[in-house]
Amino acid sequence: MNKILFFAHLRDEAGHESVEIDAAGKTVAELKELVAETYGVQKLDTSMTAINEEFSSNDEVIREGDTIAFIPPVSGG
Amino acid sequence: MNYEIAKEPINVQSVIDKVVQRDAGAITTFIGTVRELTKGKKTLYLIYEAYEPMAVKKLEQIGTEIQERWNGAQVAITHRVGKLDITDIAVVIAVSTPHRNDAYEANRYAIERIKEIVPIWKKEHWEDGQEWIGNQLETVSYPTGKPEEKDLNE
Repeated sequence: MNKILFFAHLRDEAGHESVEIDAAGKTVAELKELVAETYGVQKLDTSMTAINEEFSSNDEVIREGDTIAFIPPVSGG
Repeated sequence: MNYEIAKEPINVQSVIDKVVQRDAGAITTFIGTVRELTKGKKTLYLIYEAYEPMAVKKLEQIGTEIQERWNGAQVAITHRVGKLDITDIAVVIAVSTPHRNDAYEANRYAIERIKEIVPIWKKEHWEDGQEWIGNQLETVSYPTGKPEEKDLNE
């Protein structure tokens, strides 16, 4: 299984801080489509993605046990 | 622990103390505070949220980048999360270097990088509503899913 984390407005939209999905073997892009459909989350295309706390690209393949975080454009500072 | 996410008010001096070194000729300190008016709109308070373990890693990365670019630099950064009122301190960056010009430049670099790669978000609360800042204007997008080199150098 894979833990999926939502932050800021994505969490508000998804209605969850985190969910468990079996995403092993999918690319980040494929997971974004699945999550958009399943949880009604928009704007994933303008979000960054982190796998295990490191930024990753849309074509990266997710492995069993990876934690995936969707990261909207940041606004710290 | 030179890089921290804090849930309580930041003690500025304690951040500065982390970069004190005998080789330093300068320490610059940046203190980011909560502003009341943005484009004429009155902010009541802010909520900052972080993806904490990754935020700490990215703050560490910024410190490493600074040490690669500015010889002899030492860096400490603390960013606060939770509810912040107007004038509260959101972030403190301390940089020490042998010469003052480097300390100014490196400190500026740190705050600009925080705004690019550190997973921290703020939610503005106004009299008539609230909004997460960062994506609503859709001025920033990441078609490949992660920051591009050009995003990182702006």
